[in-house]
Amino acid sequence: MNFDFSDEQKQLRDEARKFLAEKCPPKAVRVVLDGKEPYDRELWKGLADMGFLGVAIPEEFGGAGAGHLELCVIAEEMGRALAPVPFSSTVYLAAEAILLAGSDAQKQKWLPLIASGDAIGTLALFEGKGNPSPEGIKLSATGGSLNGVKKPVPDGAIADFAIVAARTGSTGRDSDVSLFLVDMKAGDVEARTLTSVDPSRGQAELAFRNCKAEPLGAAGEGWSTLSQLLDRAAVLIAFEQVGGADRALEMGRDYALDRIAFGRPIGSFQAVKHMLADMYVAATLARSNCYYGAWALSTNASELPEAAAAARISATQAFQHCAKNNIQVHGGMGFTWEFDCHLYYRRANATALSLGSLSYWEDALIDRMRKKNAA
Amino acid sequence: MNFDDTPQEAAFRAEARNWIDANAPKQFEAELSKSSLGRIRLQKEEIVDVGKAWQKKKAEAGWACLHWPKEYGGRGAAPIERVIWQQEEGVYGKLTQPFQIGEGMCGPTVMAYGTEEHKRRYLPKLASGEQIWCQLFSEPAGGSDVAGLRTRAEKKGENWVINGQKIWTSGAHYSDYGLLIARTDPNVPKHKGLTMFFLDMKSPGVEVRPIKQANSMQEFNEVYFTDVVIPDSQRLGAVGDGWNVSLTTLMNERMSIGARLATGFPEMFEFCSNLMTDRGLAIDDRATRSKLANWAVKASGLKYASYRAISALSKSKRPGPENSIGKLVAGSMLQDIAMYAMDLEGAAGVLTGAAEEEAGGQFQQMLLTSPSMRIAGGTDEILRNIIAERVLGLPGDIRVDKDVPFNKIPTKGR
Repeated sequence: MNFDFSDEQKQLRDEARKFLAEKCPPKAVRVVLDGKEPYDRELWKGLADMGFLGVAIPEEFGGAGAGHLELCVIAEEMGRALAPVPFSSTVYLAAEAILLAGSDAQKQKWLPLIASGDAIGTLALFEGKGNPSPEGIKLSATGGSLNGVKKPVPDGAIADFAIVAARTGSTGRDSDVSLFLVDMKAGDVEARTLTSVDPSRGQAELAFRNCKAEPLGAAGEGWSTLSQLLDRAAVLIAFEQVGGADRALEMGRDYALDRIAFGRPIGSFQAVKHMLADMYVAATLARSNCYYGAWALSTNASELPEAAAAARISATQAFQHCAKNNIQVHGGMGFTWEFDCHLYYRRANATALSLGSLSYWEDALIDRMRKKNAA
Repeated sequence: MNFDDTPQEAAFRAEARNWIDANAPKQFEAELSKSSLGRIRLQKEEIVDVGKAWQKKKAEAGWACLHWPKEYGGRGAAPIERVIWQQEEGVYGKLTQPFQIGEGMCGPTVMAYGTEEHKRRYLPKLASGEQIWCQLFSEPAGGSDVAGLRTRAEKKGENWVINGQKIWTSGAHYSDYGLLIARTDPNVPKHKGLTMFFLDMKSPGVEVRPIKQANSMQEFNEVYFTDVVIPDSQRLGAVGDGWNVSLTTLMNERMSIGARLATGFPEMFEFCSNLMTDRGLAIDDRATRSKLANWAVKASGLKYASYRAISALSKSKRPGPENSIGKLVAGSMLQDIAMYAMDLEGAAGVLTGAAEEEAGGQFQQMLLTSPSMRIAGGTDEILRNIIAERVLGLPGDIRVDKDVPFNKIPTKGR
């Protein structure tokens, strides 16, 4: 059994960690958090130069052609550093959607631009409250022209192109949904920046009015592609969450060793120790579920839907748990703007909703386990 | 990243599988498969007798205590081969329960501190299940605080005379030998006055009394010592070094890698998939689904944490600390699952008769047994301390009795 990342992949992780420690310290995250920039442009360019943006994009489309295990490794580091860049929307959602359903021409056009850092992409799926479902997609597509409103769209205001889920039928079946690719530079999409609990990552509303769009994949195949896309992205975002959870745990541990109260380090009090031990338990369960997700993603295994849901649930819980208790270990200082604890707390609770809520994935996991048991 | 065996591992697995297929006591397979928690009971035979027969057969063919040297009754196998064996042994592994303390704790201590003569005399019989060993550590005054133990060992010529009481001793009533830690000097701080011995459980002055447990079973014992004589040659390690020797013993508890920890989840998932409630199938209920999903990811998280440890073994590396979370997670999960399963049954959940009750009384049994899972082998609180101190590097608790002579430590609160 070799249920671990390879030495080369661990080397890549060290490289990414070193790079991000230098180029993406908390003060860089705060530039975006404070609203001074919509994202860290310099970091984005640096990630392209390192080959991280195209790590899972095949060489023929300008990528490094490494694979999804390598992308998982990078994702963990991005989460750990709270990188304030449109990585998840561009790489896990837009690039993956094109890889899954794009025509050769679409791949030729967009994937090299993603790998070189010259195009930001996103997925416009949600239309207000609710979780991913075919019924939730109301935006209409008639004659290659889109009408409707999407929100929240991650990084929608800075995206160069968007993958848009649209309604193309009214039979009440999944095949009513189709995907489209919209070049945002064409100028007929109105983007409005939205505020969110995590301002270090952008959210937007996109209004489409008679907007020109090209199909991505066959008509009626949209929901099927989206289902696969969400599972794949769930594993990748779970790695970001595990990276964030680990960092929050470390911050709590370091503070507990440093802070003296009642004449001793607070980390010697069992109430504090046990809280940190439980954070470790949550992070370890999540990491182990994520490894399984990584295996399923990288081998395109039939277990992917179940593995992705388990990784997503476990990692969401772990990041939320570690981020909130990191604040608790820090006491009053943890509730100041100055300390970085709230950055992790914000990101934990934003990523918890980014692909559908925890309860949505709980339902998905149980459905998938039942299906497997019935088979 | 893959789940495949190396060619050597695959060959070893095939050999183990073939041997088990040809030799396992298949008449007990169904009964063993059904029992998921706690001590196993067989309808018609004593588990110890069936276990001894299986262990003997394994030992004769070289499949007992695989990681031990051959001269002491083992196979000299690699750690990964032991894991593969455990996977292949499957439900029959439950028959090894009476030998686990001997194999996992007493044997390794004898191996580390015994004389060559001791090792050749005792270990092969321990490995083959002919002789069963128990561990005499805990006392009424020293549970989590093992070093607070009060059983006295006093030197009389070439012998030691033991007086005192041990408690929570699993299997003392059928054990042949015991690993005993006792206080040889009460005038020094508690960790420094302890010494390790082993003794024949049939020695005059040893009295074993079963303890009736909260779940109405009797698996633990109290063991009383009245002027029990142990020759000095049965001392393990130096006089006063018993605490360090005991740490060797406890470290060997790591053996849990690869061994299945019961979480109750597979039983619960099946139960909820089939249980019809007033509001329909239990598994269609939102609240139930949420709980099931939470337990599912804990169960899978534990499974894949153990796979990570196995992968390290496969590369001849030391496993990381990820496996230390197992019992902490599984213990309270069992308890929560039992309570929720009974809740789903409504008023009838209170009944325990296999005939009346939906799931044959298994969750009621789980309810009554699960408290012990959060206590035995290290309480949840001790396990959290271990994770906090050994994995996260947090400081140890401040110990007010650390430098005080043992006989000056207060023995009552308030």
